[in-house]
Amino acid sequence: MMNKVNPLAVMPFEKVSGWRLFVKTVIARAYPRVVGQQREKSWIFFDIFLPMLAVSAYVFVYRAIHAPEEYIGFVVVGGAMTAFWMNIMWSMSMQLYWEKEQGNLALYIMAPNSMMAILLGMALGGMLATFLRAIAIILLGSLLFHVQYAIGNFLQLLGVFFAAMTALYGLGMITASLFLLFGREADHLVQLAQEPVYLVSGFYFPIRSFNFWIAAAASIIPLTLGLDAMRQLVFPSGALLGFLNVNVELSVLLVLCVVFLFGARALLGYMERLAIREGRLTESRR
Amino acid sequence: MVSNLAVETENLGRIYKIHGNTREKNVRKELIALQDVNLQVRQGELFGLLGPNGAGKTTLIKILTTLLAPNSGRAFVSGFDVAKEPEKIRPLINMVSGGESSGYGLLTVRENLWMFSQFYGLPSRESYQRIDALLKLVGLEDRIHTKSSDLSTGLRQKMNIVRGFLTDPQVLFLDEPTLGLDVGASRAVRNLIRDWLNQDKTRTLLLTTHYMVEADELCDRVAIINHGRVLALDKPSVLKQSLQREALFEITVSSLNGLNPSALERLPGVGKATCQEVGELSKLNFSLQEEAALAGVINLLTESNVRIMRLDKHEPTLEDVFVNLVGRSMDEIEKEESDDEQG
Repeated sequence: MMNKVNPLAVMPFEKVSGWRLFVKTVIARAYPRVVGQQREKSWIFFDIFLPMLAVSAYVFVYRAIHAPEEYIGFVVVGGAMTAFWMNIMWSMSMQLYWEKEQGNLALYIMAPNSMMAILLGMALGGMLATFLRAIAIILLGSLLFHVQYAIGNFLQLLGVFFAAMTALYGLGMITASLFLLFGREADHLVQLAQEPVYLVSGFYFPIRSFNFWIAAAASIIPLTLGLDAMRQLVFPSGALLGFLNVNVELSVLLVLCVVFLFGARALLGYMERLAIREGRLTESRR
Repeated sequence: MVSNLAVETENLGRIYKIHGNTREKNVRKELIALQDVNLQVRQGELFGLLGPNGAGKTTLIKILTTLLAPNSGRAFVSGFDVAKEPEKIRPLINMVSGGESSGYGLLTVRENLWMFSQFYGLPSRESYQRIDALLKLVGLEDRIHTKSSDLSTGLRQKMNIVRGFLTDPQVLFLDEPTLGLDVGASRAVRNLIRDWLNQDKTRTLLLTTHYMVEADELCDRVAIINHGRVLALDKPSVLKQSLQREALFEITVSSLNGLNPSALERLPGVGKATCQEVGELSKLNFSLQEEAALAGVINLLTESNVRIMRLDKHEPTLEDVFVNLVGRSMDEIEKEESDDEQG
């Protein structure tokens, strides 16, 4: 069919604004992550095969020392949730800095959309893309190691998962703004934080193994409580190995959601003002 | 505030603070990027900012597109203050920079453009129609489903230019839009610019370039800018006429034999003189207050054993205007600054 649109004429339709622009921006910015990232097939190796190796190592160690069988399930669920943490650290946190280097950040700020919508789009896209990886690890791990689940309260499980994800990506939005300030040094910070976070957030063992105060301090990372609560909800003896009561953990997660999302909004506004005042948005190109 | 001015600046200034290197980390230097810039760009105008790299053109564009705050003075776009009302300006503008690498390499050309259109609130269906039609206009329709990482620099720049026109801005800022484009593609972009402006007389385009011919061919008015200051502002024809009282000559020689062009300026009746290397030849450009002074120039060259290959008298160009205002050609300034950076 012939295209009769005259693209140089004045547009015969209105551009949307307000909340509809916000939603459009979130969807549009999520798109490259959900669709674009799947085109690079290397994710199957890096995001599924490599985490599965770590999961397998812990499974074999637990089997060798005759640990309770639930520990195998703990490791598989922890391995799946690691994908989200990796996404936050290596993708979400570095994203605004990378956008600046590419020249995208200036275009985002210059457009009439909200920068919060851009960040939310990044977070949502990252979350959806990573969800695929996490599901793949759960399925593969469960099949390989014969993990048995017993979900008592599915709604509560969903609530914990989404609260943990919201708080986690809220934290990611905060680090994205902070890392924009640190510039190239952020890369080293990510490397520095990776292993300690793996340890204290209990990816491969219950955090109850720590003393109370270490576990409480680790709970600032939303995955710590999220993972602990999910393990309690999907394994029969999970509650016995849990850190706090699931309802308490869910409440803390909800508080973290509010704190991190509002914190991200405030920090993003500050970063934007600072960048405009000091000319940092496109400094690499000046 | 309603205004028939698309862009207005009042004593606009911007200073960058530069931190010293490791040895001089406590030393803070300041770079004056813009100083007392006063401009008025009317609605419907194609306005050019001309100047060498580092003249302050991009800084001015950044301020006008709400990406950078001025240190002094004020700037308005469509009547709105860039510092106080950026949210009112942003729906009305767009910007494309030469050599930019925006977008995502894993997305196709069409997907990248759609994504940016969504940030301006275009309905998806209409957005796709406009993308397809604009890509056709710039000759990129056969790359519509190509990943942008697979595009050459020139094709990528065409995609960026489409991004600028896609959202139908009231004021479009093009910062060196033809940088990296071949002759044919540059011509296509210039045609696109003219056609876009002809469709609606309220649209305004502010173009920065250091290609004098491009500015001369396209712009209604130009401002010549150097070291952050506006040196001249008028129609290209008026600026060129200001040199008509002087005769402009170009002498092509095989070699200058160590003769400095400034030696010509010391001759009576000779104005600014510059030299440009073109392959193995050198071209001496100079102005004469009266043509009789030409004899002195010829004598000097002959005495210096410089072999004259060709002598032309020519009409003034914007390059001549620039030389007359600054004392050096844009190429010379950029070469000196490049040498300074390397040294």
